[in-house]
Amino acid sequence: MVTDRTNSAVPLPAAIRIADLCFAYHAKPALTDVTLDLPAHQITALIGPSGCGKSTLLRCFNRINDRIPGAHITAGSIHIHGIDINRRDIDLQELRRRVGMVFQKYNPFPKSIYENVVFSLRLSGLRKRHELDAIAETALRAAALWDEVKDRLHSRALGLSGGQQQRLCIARAIASQPDILLMDEPCAALDPIATLKIEELLHQLKKQYTIVIVTHNMAQATRCADHTAFMYLGQLIEFAPTLQLFNTPRHPQTLAYVTGSFG
Amino acid sequence: MHNPESLILKGLPKGHAKDHAVRLLLGAATYLIVIIAALLFCKIIKDGAPVLFTTKAPFVDLGFLLDKNETLHVFDDAQGVRHQLAASKYSEYVKHHDGAPIYNEQTFSYSGGGIAGPIVGTVLLTVGSMILALFFGVGAAIYLSEYAKQSPFIHAVRLAILNLAGIPSIVFGLFGFSVFVLAVPVITRTPADRSLLTLPLWFGDAVVSFQGWNSSLLAGCATLACMILPVIITASEESLRAVPQGFRDAALAMGATRWQTIRTCVLPFSIPGILTSSLLAVTRVAGETAPIMFTAAVAAKDDLPWQSLANPFDLLSSQVQALPYHIYTLAARIPASEATQRAQYGSVFVFLILVASLSAGSMLLRAKLRSKLKW
Repeated sequence: MVTDRTNSAVPLPAAIRIADLCFAYHAKPALTDVTLDLPAHQITALIGPSGCGKSTLLRCFNRINDRIPGAHITAGSIHIHGIDINRRDIDLQELRRRVGMVFQKYNPFPKSIYENVVFSLRLSGLRKRHELDAIAETALRAAALWDEVKDRLHSRALGLSGGQQQRLCIARAIASQPDILLMDEPCAALDPIATLKIEELLHQLKKQYTIVIVTHNMAQATRCADHTAFMYLGQLIEFAPTLQLFNTPRHPQTLAYVTGSFG
Repeated sequence: MHNPESLILKGLPKGHAKDHAVRLLLGAATYLIVIIAALLFCKIIKDGAPVLFTTKAPFVDLGFLLDKNETLHVFDDAQGVRHQLAASKYSEYVKHHDGAPIYNEQTFSYSGGGIAGPIVGTVLLTVGSMILALFFGVGAAIYLSEYAKQSPFIHAVRLAILNLAGIPSIVFGLFGFSVFVLAVPVITRTPADRSLLTLPLWFGDAVVSFQGWNSSLLAGCATLACMILPVIITASEESLRAVPQGFRDAALAMGATRWQTIRTCVLPFSIPGILTSSLLAVTRVAGETAPIMFTAAVAAKDDLPWQSLANPFDLLSSQVQALPYHIYTLAARIPASEATQRAQYGSVFVFLILVASLSAGSMLLRAKLRSKLKW
């Protein structure tokens, strides 16, 4: 693995620190010896061909892999802000409130727009109407959706367009004020215009959140990400500032992938 | 192409006769079923509708729906006029015409008065068994689809539940009789002689006695619930699985617990499917005779179920009349005659309307919920 942080003027504090992580579905390894420090308040893109383990890695950060039978970490550790999240005594619900996630296929609940946004707040027992209203507005504004839906907050979320639904999912994820936002190919099901809006949104969001985005689209990685990690066959091949990774990759496999000779 | 002219049909295409014959046969089979069903319904409606509907306002014979079931007395008076009177009206008549002679008297059990008792009994049995079946059935379905690991053992359990659906209802009747009527534990101060086992309690002089609930509403509801449990479990599990995985992921990723996920993001969206299947189960519960024959139903009962009860809980341990059993009694236990036709066809007609409206209701409800919860 080639890691280079010489370009960064100051060493950035790591939000997620992954050390020698190995992960397997039953006996089948999906990740081997991944070591990676993801910097806080930056956008990090995970790229690589299908099945390279980038989504698996992403889903380790909020331990949503737990629900897949047979999926388990075989070695190594993940620390988020210094806490080992694979300890037995981790409060999973709190972890997932701190590490929000947006999925590839936008999946708002068949409820009203408002109910979607305040979902996580209701889960944590918040009942006061004016607080809910305020947080819903903040989250929708942050997701650049407020102006489009402010007049129909109580109409069906599934009546929105695809891009709007995905932004609603982002609003829903940031309503619980997480520190880290995980995005699993958030634009894969969207058209270019909607994709552009989400990418603009990402630039706004990184001021407040550490963002990790899995993408198939290399152009998207160059447009949004500060750092990019290239993964192949369950291994981290190269991690570097985005421009450096795409312009002067150090590893021949990275070069082959970013120039389109394979993948 | 060698000879394009060969594309043009000369005469009938090959296999035309066979095709036609198959089509005719299958069509005939289909319409035969429809015609037989239609004839059956027409017969019931033709004979039953006049009992229930009248030409005068309010156009429905409320007496038939609201009166208690009684013995029918048929007789001639001195003028040779034939009377058909239910038992209570008959005794009034006798009192009124003190000493007037009565000729050609015949009595028909269960054929006089109305069918309020059976209707109420069927409603109580249906409501009770649906409460039990939904509680246990939806619970089991949630466990099977959301909590249980998909192991060979769970597959075996699921298969066993599916197979339960094929058991004849009379077997459920006997099962209910031997378990709920004779064997389940009750807490009592005076255990019956036939109690299988009595265990002392740590307080008072009450004991736990395995003597069953006797033939009672509760035993009938439990038996009927057992009968429809497989249907409810299978259908509920199916509709739980139909809820997109994305909803579960999203809820979990936002910090919901397993149960919060199920309660807020899975169960509400599977309710249309569960409701449809359970309303179909309602029609089955309302219509079955065999499971309640030994466990809950009586042919004749003077009071409505809630009348003359010491306390409200006695309702559960009292026997009830039920429409399907009433129809069975009318058809099988009393001699057919012109005088009994009113009760027979009327009961069947009312029963048919009840079941048909339940099915129609389930369809409407499903359509309404489906349109509200689309994804």
